[in-house]
Formats: sequence, C-alpha cells, structure tokens
Amino acid sequence: MIIAYIDLVVFLVVLTFLSIVLGRYIALVFNGRVSYLSFIERPLYKLIGNTGEMKWGQYAKGIMLFNIIGIVFVFIFQLIQGALPLNPQHLGATTLDLALNTAISFVSNTNWQSYTPETTLSYLTQMLALAVQNFLSAATGVAVLIALIRGFVAVEKGTIGNVWEDLVKSTLYILLPLSLILGFALVKLGVPQNFNNYQDVQLINPQVVSVTVDGKTTTNRFTTQTIPMGPVASQEAIKMIGTNGGGFFNANSAHPYENPNAISNWLEMLAILLIPGSLCFAFGRMVGDKRQGYTLYAVMTIVFIILAIGVMLAEFNGNPAFYHLSIDGVMNLLQSGGNMEGKEVRFGVFGSGLFAAVTTAASCGAVNAMHDSLMPLGGLVPLFLMQLSEVIYGGVGSGLYGMLIFFAVLSVFIAGLMIGRTPEYLGKKIESFEMKMVALVILVVPLLVLLGTAISVVIAPGLVGMSNPSAHGLSEVLYAFTSAANNNGSAFAGLNANTPYYNLMLGFTIFVGRYGVIIPVLAIAGSLASKKRLNVTSGTMPTHGLLFIGILIGVIIIVGALTYVPALALGPIVEHLILFK
Amino acid sequence: MQQIKSAVITFIVLTILTGIIYPLIVFGFGQVFASYEANGSLVTVNGKIIGSALIGQSFTDNKYLWGRPSATGDHPYNPLASGGANLGPSNPNLLNAVTDRVNTLGANAINPAPIDLVTSSGSGLDPDISIASAYFQIKRIAKARGISEDSVENIINKNAKYPLLGFIGEPRVNVLEVNLALDGVK
Repeated sequence: MIIAYIDLVVFLVVLTFLSIVLGRYIALVFNGRVSYLSFIERPLYKLIGNTGEMKWGQYAKGIMLFNIIGIVFVFIFQLIQGALPLNPQHLGATTLDLALNTAISFVSNTNWQSYTPETTLSYLTQMLALAVQNFLSAATGVAVLIALIRGFVAVEKGTIGNVWEDLVKSTLYILLPLSLILGFALVKLGVPQNFNNYQDVQLINPQVVSVTVDGKTTTNRFTTQTIPMGPVASQEAIKMIGTNGGGFFNANSAHPYENPNAISNWLEMLAILLIPGSLCFAFGRMVGDKRQGYTLYAVMTIVFIILAIGVMLAEFNGNPAFYHLSIDGVMNLLQSGGNMEGKEVRFGVFGSGLFAAVTTAASCGAVNAMHDSLMPLGGLVPLFLMQLSEVIYGGVGSGLYGMLIFFAVLSVFIAGLMIGRTPEYLGKKIESFEMKMVALVILVVPLLVLLGTAISVVIAPGLVGMSNPSAHGLSEVLYAFTSAANNNGSAFAGLNANTPYYNLMLGFTIFVGRYGVIIPVLAIAGSLASKKRLNVTSGTMPTHGLLFIGILIGVIIIVGALTYVPALALGPIVEHLILFK
Repeated sequence: MQQIKSAVITFIVLTILTGIIYPLIVFGFGQVFASYEANGSLVTVNGKIIGSALIGQSFTDNKYLWGRPSATGDHPYNPLASGGANLGPSNPNLLNAVTDRVNTLGANAINPAPIDLVTSSGSGLDPDISIASAYFQIKRIAKARGISEDSVENIINKNAKYPLLGFIGEPRVNVLEVNLALDGVK
C-alpha cells in the first residue's frame, strides 16, 4: 500500500500547484483583465448583440435557451447521421429514445452512455455533436458559478453579469487552451486522431470460436480484426478537462486508444480535477478573501483522500471468493495483483482505484476499470462520492456552486441556529428565500435517485436490465440513478440501459437533476446580488479556518449519510457481508 | 426574440470553433509530430498490417504468449464491442469462469496462476499481461517451440516494462510484441 500513498500524495501536490496557478488565471479572465483573444471576442459580441448586464431571470433564460438548442441539435444530428459525411461504417439513425437520452445526457455534462459508440455513432456525430457539448456543458457550469460569485460580490445591484459573455469567455480562455495542450500530449502518448476507415488487420494466430446455442454448435473462424479509428484525442482531452466523461469507445478510458499507458492515465486524472480544483482558488480571489477558497479546497481534499484510500485498499485486498483457488493475487515486483477483474494491467489496482475515486469525486464519469466489478466496498466509494451531491471537487462549475449552495450556506445556517444569530455568508444575510431554495435543491436530487431506484426494482422493465443477481443487482440500479441525478455519467455497466424504459427514465432524471439545481442557484445569485454587504464584526462567524472546515465536512457527511445509508446498506454493504462471511 | 437570436449565434460560432477547428488543429499536430501514434500505432510485418501495438489480440496457439480473458461480444478481442464482463464480485458466474480458467491453465498450489491471467480485462482489448503471467507461460511456450526455457525468458525480460519512478504504472509485457519477438520478426 505504500506505493498507493506515494502516488496519492504526489498526485495531490501536483494538482494543488496547478490549481493555484490556473485559479489565478481564471479570476483574471472573469475580472476582464485577460484579453489576448479579443480579436475573436469583439466581433462575436457585436454579432450576438446583447452584452449588457442581466437580471437573474434573463440569465437563467439564456442558459436554458442555449442548452435546449443544444439538446435539439444533438437529438436531430443522431437521426440524420446516415446522410452525413465522416461515417465510414455507414451507421444509420439511432432509436428515438436513445437519441433523446444521449442529447440530454451530453448537454447536461452527464455523458451517461447507453449505446456502444463504435457501432452506433459516426465520427462526425461524435466530433460535431457530442464533443461540442463537452465544451458547452462545461462552459454552462462555469457561467452559472461565476454568476453566483457575482451575487456574493455585488452590493445592492439587480444584475449578475452577461450570460453570453460568460459562455464565450469560459470556452475561449479556459476550455479550448487546456484541451489543446492535453490533446497534443495525448496524441503523442498514443491516442489516435485521424479520419481513416476502420482498419482491418491480419491476425498472426487466427481465432476459432465455437458457440453452442440450443444444443447446436457453430464454429466461426476469424482471420482478421477490425479496429475502429477516428478523432479520438481531441474528444478525449475535453472529456476530461470538462468533467464530461463520455467515451469515444464503449470501454471508455479503459480502452487502450483512449488511455494508452500509465502516464496518459495520470494526465487524465489531473485533467479531471484541474478546473474544479482551480475554481476554488478563483472564487477566493474574486470574493476578495483567498482564505474562503483555501477552506473549500481543503474540505474537498480531506474527504477525497479518505475515500480514495478506501477504494484503493478494497481493490488491493482482492476477492475472497478466489482465496481457495490456485491463484497468485498478491502484489509484488512482477504483478499488480488484487482484484483485477474488469481492470487493465497497465493501470493495476492503484491506477484504477484512484481513477475511480477521481472520476466520481468530480462529476466526470469516465472509467478506466469496470465499476460493476469493483469489490463491494470499492464500488461503495464511487457511489457515495456521487451521493455527496458531486461537491468533492465536483463538475466544472457545478461542483463549486453545489458546494456553496448545498453545503456552505447550509452550514452557516445550521451554525447560526446553534448560536442564535442571523446566518450570513461572505457578508450576505442568508434569509428565508435563500433557505427555501437550498432546501429545494437538497431534496430534488435524492428524491430522483431514491424514487427512481425504488420504482425500477419493482416493475418488470426495470428488473430485466439487471445483469448481476441479488444485492449487486440493486447496486446496479441505485448506481444508475445516482449517476444520472448527480450528472456523473459513470455506470455499473452490466445494467442493460439501452431500453426505452431506462433511456426515458434516466433522461428525465438527468434533466431535472441538472436544471432543477441550476435555476434555484441563479435565483439565489439574483437575491444575494440585491442585498447589502454587512461588515465583519466580532459577532461574525468566520467561514474559513479549521472550525469551519470541521463544520462543513460534518454537514456534508451527515446530509449524505442520512439520505443514502439505508439504500447503501441493502446494496454494497450486504454484498460485502455475504462475500466476507 | 433577441435572446433566441443571441443564443443561436453563440451556439453556432462556438460549435464551429470547438467542433471543427479544434479537432482539425489536433489532427494537424498529430499527423505532423506523431503520425505513427495518431494513426493507431499500427504494426507492419513484411508489408502487411498485422495489428496495433495498443490493441490486444487473441492468441491460443501453445507456441504463443496468451493474453488475458476478454469479454467482447461474440468473440474475444473484438474491437467493435470493447468492454468488460461486468460480473460483480459476488456473482457465482464470475467464480465459475475463474475456476474454469485456473483449471485450463493447469495451475496448482505450487505453480498458481497470476490473477490477471484468469480475470477478464476492463476493455476486453488489454494488450498487456503482468510479467508474472508471462513467466507462468514459459514452460509451455518452450516445449511447443522446442527451444530452451532460458531463451523464452530472455525474450520476455527484453520486453518487460516496469513502473515509471517506481509508482506510476505496473510491471507488464505487451503480448503482441513478445510474440513477434518469439517468431523472430521484430
């Protein structure tokens, strides 16, 4: 395990350093102090025409219009891809329910995928419909966060910024440059970027495969292997940078073309947490008190370390069901050992375990190992990280606005109740309107998760999707609704979700889980912006430092645990007890 | 109305930038500075493309190093259906499959099978096995080829890769590379 600790520490040191640097840059971008791309910006704003300050309602309307246009575009694109170029396999239209699910899923930064990309979508669909949404959904998250921060900063002002400017700035100054850097690095490391046809290769050792169906055996001989190609690297880069997670291939980042070696794996993990981490520091700078940013970053990192060690340890210890077999599963200089089912040799148990924690701490959802085959407690960690409302770093923008609204505001409210004072955060009084909105968002997501799971495990169309028996089957369904409602997108992939029932149920869950949070967040931003700013007095509760870190962690864990422990007890915890009895 | 117009224009311009110009820049970079990698790391032997260095292949002949079990659709190592078996740790089907593989490999208490050789990979296309799994197969390969075990072990050692700085990555060999070396063509 010592190697795992070294890996984790080095990873976090590098991440923190890069986040501080990038956070400073992001704050400069949104304070209007960076303008090297103004030659694109200025004509574009002229074309857009509407660049004045907006009230929260107009801002929210802009976000919704922009996202709905995205959904319509991606939906139609999948239906007409057969008539469009860059489609070497001549793939036709997808089913309507799948097209709708995929459209909602990519526009909302979820990237739940119930299809197999290599046999479903053309190069052009992936590049021009899906990868574009990887950018735009991340830009949406950043825009909403920046609007919220302006709400805290503004003094008796009715407006929270201009939505079009925020979307353009996030895309041009943050997402595109980072994606280019990572894209170049990934190509060099082995991720393909081409528009060639699928490549047939001659096998040295032809395959003979016998299949027995209903007592009749058929033997097939394969002398070639067909390898898909495509513009993978460009999509892979923004998939990580934007915490999207939608794979170019079905196996996602376990696929050697998406993640060819341990170095690309490391870069991809860094890229997932980079923007969510740096936004904490940008936030501190923008509200004029860097300690506020350090505090939130510290909270995220502490919770992350504990849970990441949990999943690495569970996978390192391996599966007790195999202990009586003649298997060598112990880590040594010649092998990774541990629970290797569903994992890749080049990542081993630590590279896979850390990735599982990273991808579910952030609402990324890329996977480099099959989460369905994680040990019960190893699988519990990703589930629980998502159930903490995706605020341990969380998605691009969405992680921090979630942390601020769900938990920072809730913490000052609870602390305020305990000492009998009116709660305030960053100089803004937290009053009944804000708390109603906070209560609303805290209730919406768990309701989607628990009701969706409960319905699906009692009706036939839900039950047929499960591929594993007993407690693990329940975990599969619980994981699906948790992932959808929190806009993560990873899966216990054994669940056969490409059915009209799951496509529609999960599509609905994703949509409400995203916009049912964004709109209340913007409403709070508008309300905060109109308030005056209170001076810090000796009676003000500090929202930085160790005490507040402790309160915040306590609130996050208590809210998450109270909501989900009963469901977790029936899934992964029961499975663990059965397996280790 | 003004809002809708602004939304449409922003959408179109950003779509062109991120959906066309951006991937083409990465494409240009790849073709110029990393054309082997950008085109799929394809391996050519005697003018014929025989595979990709990154995509695993099924080897079943005794004279070759075997890769990991693969759960890709109707036949193993099918790149059109990448993915894992998705069997949960408590699933009896997983235990049965692993038990069968241990028996097929002839593993026993003195010579146990390395775990990665009896469990299916995440992508179903894993190009690597652990060095332990390669050593496990030395006897069989040497016998089938009628060569000494030392020479097989030498080839494996030559192709072995170790973790970078001791903690990034895992000990492994690329199955296709070792098999090409065994055939003496690379």
